[in-house]
Amino acid sequence: MTTHYLVLSALLFAIGGVGVLVRRNAIVVFMCVELMLNACNLAFVTFARQHGNLDGQLIAFFVMVVAAAEVVIGLAIIVMIFRTRRSASVDNANLLKY
Amino acid sequence: MPWLSILMAVPVLGAVGVALLPKGSDKLAKQVALLVSLVVLGLTVAMAVQFSPNGNRFQFEEKYSWIPSFGVHYGVAVDGIALVLIALSAILVPIVILASWHDAEGAVAAPVRDAKGATETADVKTEVVPPKRSAKTYFALLLVLEAMMIGVFAATDIFLFYVFFEAMLIPMYFMIGSYGGVQRSYAAVKFLLYSLFGGLLMLVAVIALYVVAEKNTFMFPELIGAIQDPTTQKWLFAGFFIAFAIKAPLWPFHTWLPDAAAQAPAGAAVLLVGVLDKVGTYGMLRFCLELFPEASKFFTPLVIVLSVVGIIYGAIVAIGQTDMKRLIAYTSISHFGFIALGVFAMTQNAQSGATLYMVNHGFSTGALFLVAGFLIYRRGSAQIADYGGVQSVAPLLAGAFLIAGLSGLSLPGLAPFVSEFMVLIGTYERYAVPAIIGATGVILAAIYILWMYKRTMNGPTAESVKGFTDLNGREKWVVAPLIALIVAFGFYPKPLLDVINPAVDKTLTNAQVTDKQPVSTVAEKKGAGQ
Amino acid sequence: MQSPAEIVQHSGGVIGVSWLMIALPLLGAAILLLGGRRTNKWGHFLGVAMSLGAFVVAVLSFVELLGLNPEDRRRAFELFEFIPGMVNMGMLIDPLSISFALLITGVGSLIHIYSIGYMSHDRDRRRFFAYLNLFVAAMLLLVLSDNYVGLFIGWEGVGLASYLLIGFWQHKPSAATAAQKAFIVNRVGDFGLLIGIFTIWTTFGSLAFADLTHQVTGQASEGTLTAIGLLLLLGACGKSAQLPLQSWLLDAMEGPTPVSALIHAATMVTAGVYLVVRSGAFFEAAPTAQLVVTIVGVATLLAGAIIGCAKDDIKKGLAGSTMSQIGYMMLGAGLGPAGYAFAIGHLITHGFFKANMFLGAGSVMHAMNDEVDMRRYGALFSVMKVTAVTFIIGYLAIIGFPLLSGYYTKEGIIETAMHHNEILGWLAVLGAGLTGFYMSRMVFMTFFGKKRWAEDAHPHESPAVMTVPLIILSIGSIGLGAYLVLGNRFLTFLSPAVGLPQPADMPEPHVFGVGPAALATLALVAAGAAFAWFRYGAAEVPAVAPRGSFLTTFARRDLYGDALNEALLMRPGQWLTRIAVFFDSRGVDGLVNGLAAGIGGTSGRLRRVQTGYVRSYALSILFGAAAVVGALLYVGNM
Repeated sequence: MTTHYLVLSALLFAIGGVGVLVRRNAIVVFMCVELMLNACNLAFVTFARQHGNLDGQLIAFFVMVVAAAEVVIGLAIIVMIFRTRRSASVDNANLLKY
Repeated sequence: MPWLSILMAVPVLGAVGVALLPKGSDKLAKQVALLVSLVVLGLTVAMAVQFSPNGNRFQFEEKYSWIPSFGVHYGVAVDGIALVLIALSAILVPIVILASWHDAEGAVAAPVRDAKGATETADVKTEVVPPKRSAKTYFALLLVLEAMMIGVFAATDIFLFYVFFEAMLIPMYFMIGSYGGVQRSYAAVKFLLYSLFGGLLMLVAVIALYVVAEKNTFMFPELIGAIQDPTTQKWLFAGFFIAFAIKAPLWPFHTWLPDAAAQAPAGAAVLLVGVLDKVGTYGMLRFCLELFPEASKFFTPLVIVLSVVGIIYGAIVAIGQTDMKRLIAYTSISHFGFIALGVFAMTQNAQSGATLYMVNHGFSTGALFLVAGFLIYRRGSAQIADYGGVQSVAPLLAGAFLIAGLSGLSLPGLAPFVSEFMVLIGTYERYAVPAIIGATGVILAAIYILWMYKRTMNGPTAESVKGFTDLNGREKWVVAPLIALIVAFGFYPKPLLDVINPAVDKTLTNAQVTDKQPVSTVAEKKGAGQ
Repeated sequence: MQSPAEIVQHSGGVIGVSWLMIALPLLGAAILLLGGRRTNKWGHFLGVAMSLGAFVVAVLSFVELLGLNPEDRRRAFELFEFIPGMVNMGMLIDPLSISFALLITGVGSLIHIYSIGYMSHDRDRRRFFAYLNLFVAAMLLLVLSDNYVGLFIGWEGVGLASYLLIGFWQHKPSAATAAQKAFIVNRVGDFGLLIGIFTIWTTFGSLAFADLTHQVTGQASEGTLTAIGLLLLLGACGKSAQLPLQSWLLDAMEGPTPVSALIHAATMVTAGVYLVVRSGAFFEAAPTAQLVVTIVGVATLLAGAIIGCAKDDIKKGLAGSTMSQIGYMMLGAGLGPAGYAFAIGHLITHGFFKANMFLGAGSVMHAMNDEVDMRRYGALFSVMKVTAVTFIIGYLAIIGFPLLSGYYTKEGIIETAMHHNEILGWLAVLGAGLTGFYMSRMVFMTFFGKKRWAEDAHPHESPAVMTVPLIILSIGSIGLGAYLVLGNRFLTFLSPAVGLPQPADMPEPHVFGVGPAALATLALVAAGAAFAWFRYGAAEVPAVAPRGSFLTTFARRDLYGDALNEALLMRPGQWLTRIAVFFDSRGVDGLVNGLAAGIGGTSGRLRRVQTGYVRSYALSILFGAAAVVGALLYVGNM
C-alpha cells in the first residue's frame, strides 16, 4: 500500500544523490541535497503511516527545521564564495586538500 | 605527615614559581630551582631517616579515591626499593641543576671537520644551536620532572603509575627537543614515539589487568596474586615487559637511547639515563615479577638471553663509538643488561645487587656524563678525536673523568663494583653460564673506558685543547658529591643494602621463588649457628 | 702432613689496630691527591712517612705475632659488614700475610725514600708519591684481607695503582698505551679470579678464609676444585705476568724506574703466588690444577729467561728476569706445602735483590740522561762504584751464587721440583743456566767493557738518598736467604698458615747440602756467565744491535707474544666492533627507522586521497554508506 511512496522516495533520493555527485554548480548541488532531505521526509511520513504512530512525522518536522537552518548557512557560504571567487563551481573551491 | 605528596608538591610549586619569574631573570631562576631541589633533597633525607627497613613493607602510605567508578586511587607509598630510587632522584637533581648552569644557553654544534674527520686547528668554527625556549623554562621543566620521577617510584596504584610513566616523557621531550644539539628534534621525537609505543602496550595491559582481576581496584598490593591463569599472565606480562624493556632500554629496543642521550644537554642526559630509564628495570622488579610470577618464570630464559646479549653487545658497540656521549649511552645499555639480568636471576643477591646497581649506575653514569659535558662545553665537540692530552692542562678535570670512568668499569672500591659483583654472583648461583658470559663484560668495560680515556686525556696535548681551564668552583661542587658517594658506597654499601634487602625479600616471596642454597658444610654450620 | 692452624678471632693489641697499615698510606694518598699544589713542598715526605708508619705497624704486629704460640698465630678480626649476608671485611694476620706486609712496607719504604731523589726533577713528584701510597695501601689490603672479596678489591686496587704509575708520564703515547694494556690484560685474569670466587661462593657458601679449610674443601668434587684452581690460576697469571698473560709486563717498563722496582718486580707481580699459596686448600685437593700451576711456572721461567737474553733495554732485560723468577715461585707454589716456604722465601729474597737491581738500573739511567740501551753503557763501574757494587751483589744473588740469598731459595725450589717431577726439575735447572747468562750479560754490558756512551753523557754517582736504599737492599740480598732457609726457619714459621708437608714430599737433605741438581745448576750458571763474559765482557759490544739470528729476533720480539695477541684477539676484536657498530646503526636502528619511514611513506600516499573536490568526498560517503548498509543487511540475514 505504501510501497509506491517508498519507491518514489527512493527515486527522489537517488536523483538527488546523482545530482550532488555530478553537478558542479554549488546552487544546484545544494538543491539536490534538499531533494535528498525531502525524499527522506517522504520516507519518514510513509513509515509513520505504515506503523500507525507519529514518530516519523515528528522527525520529518525536525528535518525541515534543520534543512531550513542549513539553507540559511549554506546559501550564505555560497554567496561568500561567489563574491570572492566570482564562481559558484564546487570544483574551483578545492583549496582544502592534502 | 604526607611526606610523599609534599615531596611531589614542592618541586611542582617551585616549577610554577620559576616559570612565573619575569623575563630575563635567568640567574634568579637557576638559584630558585637549586634552592627548591635542595629543599626536596632535605625532605627526602628527613623521610628516609624515618623509614624503618624491617617494618611494614610499604611505609608513608597515602590513599585517596581518585576515580571511584573505576577504583582508581591516588595511592603512594615506598618500600626499600622505591625509597633508594627516590633518594637517587633527589640527590641527582640539585647536582644536575648546578651542572646545567649553561646548558640552557644552547648546545654547541659539532665543529666543521676535514675529510679525515679530525679538526686540527684551535679556531674551529663552532656555532651554537640556539635553544628554542628560555633558560628559566628549562629549570622549571627540570623541577616538574623531579616531581614526576618521585611520583612514579612512589605510586602504588598501577593506574597512577601509568600516568606518571607517560607524563614523565613530556618534560624530557621538551628538554631534549628545545635545548639539545643539532639533531635534537629527530632525537626527541624518536624518544617520544618509542616510549609512547611501549606505554600504550602497557595501558592495554593495565586495563586488561583491571578487567581480568575483577577486584575493582588498581591498587598494586591488592592485585598481587589476583591473576592465576598462566596464559593471561603471559599476555599481561608481555604488555608490561615490552614497555619496561623499551624504557630500560633492553637490547634490541635500545636505539633511541644513544640518539637521545647524545642530543640532550648533559644534565638532561643524566636524568634520562640515571633515573628515567630506571623506571623500566624498577617496573620489571616491582610489577612484572610480583603480579605475574608464573609468566616471569616462563619468560626468564628469554629475558636472561636478552640481558646477556645486551651486556656484550652494548659494550662492543661502545668500543666502536667516536662520540663521547654516544659511547657513554652504549655503556649504559650494557649496564642495563646487568640490571635486568639481576632482576630475573631471581636470587636475593642478584636482585639486591640489581637494585643497588640502579642507584650506583645513577651516580657513576651521572658523573661520567657531567664530566664529559664539562669537556664538551670547553671544546665544543663530543668527538673523541678532537681531544688529546687534556690531563696535562686540566688535571682535575681528567682526574674526575678517570674516577667516573673507573666507576663505570666497576673498579672494586667504587660503588658499582658491589652491585655488579652481587648481580653476577647471584646470577651464578642459578644460571652459571649467563653469569660467566656476562662477566666478560668486565673485560670489555675496561677497554671502552680506558681507551676513551687514553684518546681524550693522555698523549701530547692537542692544539685545540691547550686553552682549557681546569674545573672551576661550581664544577668542583658538581663532581665532589658524586665522587664522594661513589667512594663511600664502594667501601660501605651496608646502609643501602639494609634498606633494599627486606624489600627484595618480599618481592621474591611474592614472585614465589626461594633462594638457592649452596651445598656445603660451611653453610650448614652457619645455619646451625644462627 | 699437618694442616694449617685454625683462624681465631683476635682483639686488642697491635694486631687489633693493624688496619692502620692500610689506613695510613691510604690517608697519605688522599691528602696528596686532594690537597693539590699546596702539598707540593712536603708531599714526598708525607708519602715516605706514611709508608714508614705502615712498616712500623707491620713490625710491631709481627713482634706480637711471634709472642703467640705457633698454633695461635692466625689472628683474624672483623672490621665491618661489607655485603650483609655474604661477606664481612676483616683483617687476617698470620705468618703468610705478615711476611708479605713486611716485604711490602719495608721494601716499599726504601723505594719511597729512593724516589725522593729519583723524581726530584719531576714537577709531578707529589702525584707520584700519592700513587705510590695508594699502591702500598691496596697491596696491603690484598694480602691482609681475611676473605676473597677484600683480596679482590686490593687486587684491582694494585691494578689501578699500576695503571696510574705505568702511565705516570701520560703525555708519552707509549706510556699511556702500556698502562692501558697492563690494565686490560690484567682484567682478563681478574675475570678468571672473579668466576673462581663465584664458584667458591656457590659451592661453599662462604668467602672467608677462616671457613674454607682443608676439611671443608675436601668435601667438594674434584672437578669443582680443579675448576676453582684453574680459575684462580688465570687470575694469578694476569697479575703475575705468567704465560699466557705475560705480555703487559715488558711494556710496563714505561713507568718510572722506582715503580718498576716496587710494583713490577718486588711486590705486585708476586700477588699471583700469594693467591695460589693462600688458596692452598683448593689446590692441594686438585692435583690437576697443581700440575697446571707448575707447568705454567716452568713455561714462564723459560720464556722470561729467553726474552731476558735478547733485550738491550736494561729495564726490559730485568723485566724478563722478573717474569722468569716469578715462574720459579709459581713452580714452587704448585708443589704444595713442600714448595710454599721456598716459593714465598724466593719471593721475599727476590723482592730484595730485584728491587736492588731495578733501583740500581734507575741510578744508572739517572746518571746517563735516562738512556736505557745497554749498548750505550759500558765501563760504568769506575764512575759509580756504590751503584755498581750493590748491583753486582744483586746479580750474584739472582744467579744463585753460593751462600747469597737467591742461592738458597731458588735451589730449594729446584730441589723440591726435582723430587716431585724430574722433567720440571731439569727444566728449572736449565732456566737457572739461562739466568746466569743473561744477568752476566747485563752486568758486563753495563759496568765493564769499553765506554759506548752518548756524547753528552756525564755519568756520576747518585745522591745518598738513592744509594742508601741500594745498600740496605743489597745487605738483604746477601744474608736473607741463608737466614730464612737454613734450619727450615721459614718453613716452620709459615707452617701455621700453609701447613707442613709430609716428610715424603720433601727432598732428602744431601751431604753438605749440595746435591746433583745443585751441582748441575752451578755448573750451568758458571757456563752461562762464562759465555756472557766471552761475548759481552771480553769482546767488543757493538753500539747498534746486530741483526741476530732467528732465535734472537724471536726473543727480542718477546716470543711473538704481542704478535699473537694482535692476530688472535685485537684484529678480530676490531672487526667485531666494526661489524657490531654497523649492525647497530644499519640493522637494529635501520629497522626502526625503516619502520618509521615506511609509515611515513604510506601516509604520504594516503594523503593524496584528500583531493579537495567535494564530489569525490561525497562519492566516498556514498560508498561508505552503501557498505555499512550492506554489512548490516548481511549480518541481519545471518
